[in-house]
Amino acid sequence: MSGSPTYVPKSALGRWFESRLPIMGLVHSSFVAFPVPRNLNYLWTFGAILAFMLVAQIVTGIILAMHYVPSATLAFASVEHIMRDVNYGWLIRYLHTNGASMFFLAVYIHMFRGIYYGSYKAPREVLWILGVIIYLLMMATAFMGYVLPWGSMSFAGATVITNLFTAIPLVGTGVAHWLWGGYAVGDPTLNRFFSLHYLLPFMIVGVVILHVWALHVAGQNNPDGVEVQNVERDTVAFTPYATIKDLFGVSIFLILYAWFVFYIPTYLLDADNSVPANPLVTPAHIVPEWYLLPFYAILRAIPNKLVGVVALAAAIILLAFLPWLDTSKVKSGKYRPAFRIFFWLFVVCCVGLGYLGSQEVSDTTTWIARILAIGYFGFLVVALPVLGLIERTKPLPASIADAVLAKTKPAEAAAPPASR
Amino acid sequence: MRNSPDRSGPFLARARSRTSDRRGGSGQIGRVRGSCVLAPGLWRNDLGVQLSSAAIEKPNRRDFLYIATAAVGAVGVGGVVWPLIDQMNPDASTLALSSIEVDLAPIAEGQIVTVKWRGGPVFVRHRTKKEIDDAVNTPLAGLRDPQTDQARVKKPEWLIVSGVCTHLGCVPLGHEGQYDGWKCPCHGSVYDTSGRIRQGPAPLNLPVPEYAFLSETRVKIG
Repeated sequence: MSGSPTYVPKSALGRWFESRLPIMGLVHSSFVAFPVPRNLNYLWTFGAILAFMLVAQIVTGIILAMHYVPSATLAFASVEHIMRDVNYGWLIRYLHTNGASMFFLAVYIHMFRGIYYGSYKAPREVLWILGVIIYLLMMATAFMGYVLPWGSMSFAGATVITNLFTAIPLVGTGVAHWLWGGYAVGDPTLNRFFSLHYLLPFMIVGVVILHVWALHVAGQNNPDGVEVQNVERDTVAFTPYATIKDLFGVSIFLILYAWFVFYIPTYLLDADNSVPANPLVTPAHIVPEWYLLPFYAILRAIPNKLVGVVALAAAIILLAFLPWLDTSKVKSGKYRPAFRIFFWLFVVCCVGLGYLGSQEVSDTTTWIARILAIGYFGFLVVALPVLGLIERTKPLPASIADAVLAKTKPAEAAAPPASR
Repeated sequence: MRNSPDRSGPFLARARSRTSDRRGGSGQIGRVRGSCVLAPGLWRNDLGVQLSSAAIEKPNRRDFLYIATAAVGAVGVGGVVWPLIDQMNPDASTLALSSIEVDLAPIAEGQIVTVKWRGGPVFVRHRTKKEIDDAVNTPLAGLRDPQTDQARVKKPEWLIVSGVCTHLGCVPLGHEGQYDGWKCPCHGSVYDTSGRIRQGPAPLNLPVPEYAFLSETRVKIG
């Protein structure tokens, strides 16, 4: 929705340019004058945090690509060269590695926010689906990036993930050979993963542009799940309110990021990846990066190869159907007490699966993982559809402005906003 | 949503006088009361800040906080940007090769040896007496880039010059050209036994790199 009349530049040069390429007006209407619900909380700063992290990963990644060599014989040594010889190479490498983890931390908070507040519901279904596409591209990018240092875990991860395709009946092995460029993960695989790892982030940029565009058509959702009715009463201008709030959110996030980069840069790294790749030996304890652990746990919980792979894919693809799986007309979990309980159980399942994914396989871990996987899928395909039909919701506020005013003291809420 | 007078700084005086003329209430989109002092043009309709002498007040706490935050932020941005730029500077492994040592013992009289230094060729020439005399006895008047031979060597029998033609960068061939110095095959520049340009399009003599004799038979270049 647009909130302001056509932007007119103040200088003659500005007007000349604007009449030929109205980019200043676009930026003005999207990020200066754009009306933003006035009841947003800090969970809504994660969009800006994600945009920042995407730029950070691209910048540090392009710089790393100036020094990295994508060859099976030289890759590991080139990463050590970056760490030891390149000026500030250690910093840029750790920024990129920990940046990926921070990127996923932010995206998970962003997604859980969307689920809790019903941000995927009409008219934001396409916005949500674009987000799922971004998430898939992120996982592909991160997976390929992890292969590049060509450590033992890089090699093992590449082998396991590409072997998922052998589960496809009839053509599976052929597809795997096609992906590998050989009969196993090797130099051709590494080279093409480098090329694609450079490419995919720019595809993410493209989908992010569509994502923000779709957002600006419908406008942001808000913690009360009540759509904007009166732009004057319910919203504030993006600049300076959302701009400064986003800046503050990014700053706090950067403190956490910097904590990892400067104090515990290898905390999330696996020690096995400091050992160069050896195709003839697999490390004793295979584990993907933490952000892929829940899906890894789901895969391991199922004893059948093909069904396990299908479950892994379904766990992610089902997210795209959330707008239709959830039948409730009420958007925000704030007004859905029964949904809230199931939501937090879902979060417990996700975190629990993540933890189990990091542990060695045993009978105990397997049956707990199965229960949590049933909880995960149960939330999506049983709880969400059924809840919308049978739950009792709390009464919604009449408007965003009323929701905000209800929080202040009753005396103030009764009187109209003071005029000067 | 209150906007009390004591919150405004000098830049704000104009903003307040404008919005207080209009109806009260939450104001319109794009118009913010009590807002940032530093770039009022961003969210008001006028261009910059024009202070009338009557409106100038002492900068207040908010102004100070904004400026201090921006200053710290600028330092932070500088701190982030510098490593991103410095990483393209030569790294430690390249700098390790910025000096090399050459053993002069196996170089016979009259022989020219080419060594690799900082990615390019350097000629180490063990000059014969005739080559030294020719170089010393050349009148400076006829040289395009006048330099005495003595200014270009530390020991007369060892000439150490960069092997990059000063025209467009090819590597000249030794013992070629009528001065028996070097001749560049690309465009015909001719250098003498002191590496000075005598004919052809090159503008300058072959440069003499920084070097030092560690002993009679060992020299460190760079």
